[in-house]
Amino acid sequence: MADPVNLTVDGISVSVEPGTTILKAALQAGIDTIPTLCYHDYCTPNGLCRVCVVEVEGSRTLIPSCCTKATEGMKVTTRTPRIERARRTLLEMLASTVDLSDAPDAQQMITEYSAAPQRFPEAAQRRYPVLDDNPMYIRDYNKCILCWRCVQVCAEDAQFTYAINFSGRGFETRIDTFYSLPILSTTCVVCGQCVGVCPTGALKARREWQLEQGQSMDEIIAASTDDRTLRKRSANRQQP
Amino acid sequence: MPESDLDLSPLRSILQDLLPKGRSALLPSLHAAQDLYGYIPSPAASEIASALHVPLSEVYGVIEFYSMFSSQPVSKTIIHVCNDPACAMAGSDALMKNLIRQYSDANAKNGDEIVVERAPCLGLCEMAPAIMIKDIQRGHVDASGAGRLLEEFGEKPYSIIGGDAHELTQNCGKHRPTTIGEYVAGGGYNALRKVLSMDPAAVIAEVKASGLVGRGGAAFPAGLKWEGAAKEAARPKYVICNADEAEPGTFKDRVLLEEDPHRILEGLIIAAYATGAHQGYIFLRGEYTNAFVAMTYALKEAYASGLLGQNILGSEFDLELELFRGAGAYVCGEETALFEAIEGKRGFPRMKPPFPTTKGLFGKPTVINNVETLSNIRSIINMGAAEYRKTGTEKSPGTKLFCLSGDVAQPGLYEVPFGISIRHLIYDLAGGVRGGRQLKAMLFGGAAGAFADAASLDVALSFEELRAHGLPLGSGVITIFDETRDLRDALSRLAYFFADQSCGKCYPCQLGTRRQMEIIERMAAGKMLPGDRARLEDVGWTMTDASLCGLGQTAASAVLSAIKLWPEYFVENRS
Amino acid sequence: MLQPSKTVTTTCPYCGVGCKLELHIDANDFIYKVTSPFDAVVNHGNLCVKGRYGHDFIYHKDRITTPLMRKVPQKPGARTQAFDPAEWQPVSWDEALDYTTDRMAEIYQRDGSPAMAFYGCAKATNEDNYLLEKLLHTQFRSNNIDHCTRLCHAGSVVALQMAVGSSAMSNTAAEVIENDVFIVTGSNTAENHPIIAIQMKAAVRKHGATLIVVDPRRVEMVDYATLWLAEKPGSDVAIFSAMAHVILKENLVNHEFVDARTDNFAAFEASMEKFTPEFAEQISGVDRNLIIQAARMYATAPKAAIYWTLGLSESTHGTDNVLSIINLALLTGQIGRRATGLNPLRGQNNVQGASDAGVMPWHYPGYQRVDDEKSARKFEAAWNIEAGGLNRKLGLTTTEILSNVRPGGVRALYIMGENPMMSEPNLNHTRTEIEALEFIAAQDLFINESTAYADVFLPATSWAEKDGTFTNTDRRVQRVRQAIAPRGDARPDWQIICDLAKRIERRLGREQSSYWDYTHPSEILSEMGRVVPEYAGVTYTRIEHEGLQTPVWDETHPGTADLFTETFPSGKGKFHALDYRPNAESPDADYPLVLNTGRVLEQWHGASMTRHSHLNDLYPEALVEIHPSDAARLGIADRQAVRVTSRRGSIVLRAKVTEKTTQGVVFIPFHFFESAANELTLDKLDPQAKIPEYKAAAVRVSPATDAELFHPEISQPRGRY
Repeated sequence: MADPVNLTVDGISVSVEPGTTILKAALQAGIDTIPTLCYHDYCTPNGLCRVCVVEVEGSRTLIPSCCTKATEGMKVTTRTPRIERARRTLLEMLASTVDLSDAPDAQQMITEYSAAPQRFPEAAQRRYPVLDDNPMYIRDYNKCILCWRCVQVCAEDAQFTYAINFSGRGFETRIDTFYSLPILSTTCVVCGQCVGVCPTGALKARREWQLEQGQSMDEIIAASTDDRTLRKRSANRQQP
Repeated sequence: MPESDLDLSPLRSILQDLLPKGRSALLPSLHAAQDLYGYIPSPAASEIASALHVPLSEVYGVIEFYSMFSSQPVSKTIIHVCNDPACAMAGSDALMKNLIRQYSDANAKNGDEIVVERAPCLGLCEMAPAIMIKDIQRGHVDASGAGRLLEEFGEKPYSIIGGDAHELTQNCGKHRPTTIGEYVAGGGYNALRKVLSMDPAAVIAEVKASGLVGRGGAAFPAGLKWEGAAKEAARPKYVICNADEAEPGTFKDRVLLEEDPHRILEGLIIAAYATGAHQGYIFLRGEYTNAFVAMTYALKEAYASGLLGQNILGSEFDLELELFRGAGAYVCGEETALFEAIEGKRGFPRMKPPFPTTKGLFGKPTVINNVETLSNIRSIINMGAAEYRKTGTEKSPGTKLFCLSGDVAQPGLYEVPFGISIRHLIYDLAGGVRGGRQLKAMLFGGAAGAFADAASLDVALSFEELRAHGLPLGSGVITIFDETRDLRDALSRLAYFFADQSCGKCYPCQLGTRRQMEIIERMAAGKMLPGDRARLEDVGWTMTDASLCGLGQTAASAVLSAIKLWPEYFVENRS
Repeated sequence: MLQPSKTVTTTCPYCGVGCKLELHIDANDFIYKVTSPFDAVVNHGNLCVKGRYGHDFIYHKDRITTPLMRKVPQKPGARTQAFDPAEWQPVSWDEALDYTTDRMAEIYQRDGSPAMAFYGCAKATNEDNYLLEKLLHTQFRSNNIDHCTRLCHAGSVVALQMAVGSSAMSNTAAEVIENDVFIVTGSNTAENHPIIAIQMKAAVRKHGATLIVVDPRRVEMVDYATLWLAEKPGSDVAIFSAMAHVILKENLVNHEFVDARTDNFAAFEASMEKFTPEFAEQISGVDRNLIIQAARMYATAPKAAIYWTLGLSESTHGTDNVLSIINLALLTGQIGRRATGLNPLRGQNNVQGASDAGVMPWHYPGYQRVDDEKSARKFEAAWNIEAGGLNRKLGLTTTEILSNVRPGGVRALYIMGENPMMSEPNLNHTRTEIEALEFIAAQDLFINESTAYADVFLPATSWAEKDGTFTNTDRRVQRVRQAIAPRGDARPDWQIICDLAKRIERRLGREQSSYWDYTHPSEILSEMGRVVPEYAGVTYTRIEHEGLQTPVWDETHPGTADLFTETFPSGKGKFHALDYRPNAESPDADYPLVLNTGRVLEQWHGASMTRHSHLNDLYPEALVEIHPSDAARLGIADRQAVRVTSRRGSIVLRAKVTEKTTQGVVFIPFHFFESAANELTLDKLDPQAKIPEYKAAAVRVSPATDAELFHPEISQPRGRY
């Protein structure tokens, strides 16, 4: 086995396996306060949200801890005014853009960093109609923070189905299907891996959404095609 | 025409030829479809997806990323009006307004659909204002927008070459590409001949000794980069010429590409030889259509002359070079985003490390150099590192190209030895501020750069001196603003540029460029809200500190420098 | 944002993968969302469409939650299907159970054990199934009990028993990412074992494994394969034996393994002589070079495994098909080590467990044979019945039960959760058999094609309304937890069986009780562990968080990921000499196409569950897949109505023109009663495993009109099909 990597995190010395990220090294040092939004233990980290940034001695910029590997002698600080400004501003910008009402992690972080969700007046928000185009799940991209998890689990992180990717660019980026086709017209297998990793309620089981819309359980269960089929079956078989 | 009646056969035959390239044929295929149909209809995208074995959703994602591709029908003719500060100072807003008025009348009359759009910097800053219609560029366009045939607008681009030195630009100024015959007659490809008899390590040693650093903006030592890739065990290796010049205010690479393509090729072939690469790419900005023609021809000439392909000049060395067209994304100038584009993906920059020399294109060791950097190689090999270093300063050897535009008497491309003063460049070489006005500001390094005022005029143009004064050399852009200019307009154009060009990958840039633009627009309109300056600084520093790539890290640089120099612009005048 | 009133961790009720589920339940006991913990050992947080969304059948208004009896008494030979609730009389549990007891006891007392037959259920728990066989064995002294394993992996189970003395996956499914080479054959893994399929895809795309697909369909896994051997249906023995031939000729044999761990090599070797690649090419239509390449890849890989499902076993030579791959593994020593092995992917959530629990006509729990005196005595003692009381005669298999309905044959049938009227082959024949029964009791959730024939309907709970355990495809015994209260008056299966058993015991005047006073399913599993050595160490406490893989020999044993590391249960692995036998029915001028049947991702088997779920909206109608060249020849367009006819029946459905099927072969999923594929299949059986030929019936396809479709208005085109 390769030699362990020694580093300090907030002054605490820690020895980790080569290849360990700063985020995991910090956890090993007992520091579990580095926040993350896009990061998921079972998805490929891409360093998108940058709320997990830390200061590394000798580095010009802040470093994303979720996807940067610890190196020998690294000196990491996980909370400084510079880091706090970045985290707070990121949360404020996000809150001014996206509906975070279904994102408890983000909300908790907003409180912790004293971020003001209304900090940016007259800010463009990403607003889209809720896509309710299949019986199993809805897509409410008003709530999408572009963490990419859904795209990744639809691709090589889990399902190898590639039903969704991006449209637009920059601020206008949106998770989308091929030419915005309805989901059942794509390669989607409705596995819901995407729903399982969505951190903000942008992807949601349709039953759950229906309950939130005030529908009753009976309304939700009723009326699928089998109803028509099965009724016809009994009619048919009675008069052979 | 309904999409079901689309004739896919021409696309299919193009795809047949592109198939062996696999997924890296995606951008070329989409260019082909865009050219054939005027946009990319979904059956064409499906055809490409199945031919190249790329998932449908990813093909769509790529179409949506690059501004030269459209998934929806667009009008046949689009007039792109350059929106960069230099063109704005030359009246591009009025030009745009006049064009829109003119064509909305014409469209109504004869049903032709002509659409006028603003475009990110077209790289014709010295001939501002500039437009592009289909593949045709025009500079010095009359702001009245007069012109009956589109080709009659303004002037064909030509280069204005000046400066104290004529090493890199020795073949420039003819307003046409140097042919291989002319190039060879001037001693061209002698450096390559010399190199082919040298040990690759010796070539790298020479480049290292020359002190050449990258001219694309990051100023990384070129020899170290080559050495890094040469040392890697992984195969194959790649060399890439980064010709994705799109920094507002920059046009130096365009001039080199259009006028002296062989000089670049010679540098690239030597880089390949030194690092052990047998495959290379020239990644050319999609909008640089003239450069595309010049380089396509130069490659043909080079292959025909045995300078590329198998057994180059009778040696054991083989190299295949491919000209690869970008498709409209400033971020692809970032090297890892450029790799993604060649690989047929959205141009999202990658996390570094790993660096390109270890894991670059297709995950393999890759040397990627800027056009100007590669243009230096011939000189270094021919004259030797010691002689090369006699020009310039100790820490910044050689010459440097500067792109001067805006309110300067003689806008153009200037080659000077490192170490001369800014004042010398602007006043002695370029004739000073246009109309004898006072200098208000200089924007150094383009949109990603920083502002300076007249107090900096005596700073020497070298990496070390500029760094000491907090100014970026960047890619060698200096945009001049005279005393009458309101820099708030320039700032809002820069802010728009970044918001328009952010790839959207990391949040600081994806969100920050938009929030920055919104606040700057309020500032430009004189309607800043209480707290806006603090917001601007928080957004700016968050982008600078926490963005994933250079685009985001520099997106606030000009704004932050302006806050320091001209705090009066940032008065919160609305309650 | 909705907060669940509770979340319950349990195991998925659909396929044999055994994914861990987290049910999110509101105050009305409504399971409105399903997630999976990402540290779940089997599925790592991934689910398929059924596991994540397919549980609304529990609440369907057609679910039966009150005991019912037929209003019009049914007579043998004139039995009818009652789909309309008006044909049924709601009754009390006492009434229903007493009636069932009386009718069965009466028939048993009149006609004896041969008259009694039970269908167990691969969807029910180990505990339910253990008790059901215990009921039949102890009270009616009959061995006529079977379940759908007979219709799916019987060929595999019998072949594995013959060759190595076991009948389960030798290795763990998740080990596929460690394979260097793996063969997937007769398996549409992406649709039928979706979570194992994504591990297979990752094995290829992320871990550098090489995949060889041997299958007559261009299933999705072919996209990931280095080699696709597109065989003609039923040519498996030829292909795999030709691979063995190549391995023998090129001396890629693992002699050390063959010498130390196997028997009967010489006879096997001699029988392989005729299986030249040329011969196999002639039979299978597969290029001989592909066969040779596949043989070399498999034999020379450091770690190679074979995964298969019903494409091999559902055949009149299903046992031989499986023996042919077992021979390959023995020949190359690709078994008995991690990331190798012989891996039949089991279909149902608990088909492994139901088999382990002894819902089989030839075995007691734990594959202890009924005709083995020692075993019989052991169970007589365990079940507290008189010596010699248990029946030593092999019972009837699934298809045999519904082929032996006559005076002197089977008279009474107890159906727990199966739907033979969808799943049996040649349904026209099965229909006349079931209509001739004297008594049918059904224990189920819905009135389906089979339970509609019953005299009495005992409403059982779904998997979410009861406790228990399922054993998944890689032998992992996992907890099933009661998440919601039983709907209406429904009762857990194990309780119904106990209530019934006590009544029968009393009614038959049995002197001593076999014991039916369980208070919780954990007691039933403990009892099963006392008679099944492989389950001896499995307790509810130990599997509270994570399942254990059998064999678990005692309470400290950690379970077994990989079988046969030292030895085979039968001692040495036995090679079998093989001959190629063609399918029972070959295409001819009248019936020129071969019908292959199987499943689709969104539906499940007889579809009692999925067609009472919104899942049905995703794939609401049967489609016959037909190759573009066949379609062109027959003048059939995509989505056009067609008639498919065999010697046994005829159905109308829409065509799906696709290269997913090969030329000359059509494919129909068997979930749809309105165009039931099994009207067409033939009931010829494999002589050893008694499994029918579902994968090769001769048919013809002709254009039909939309008016002939059962529901022409229902259609859901999908991007993925």
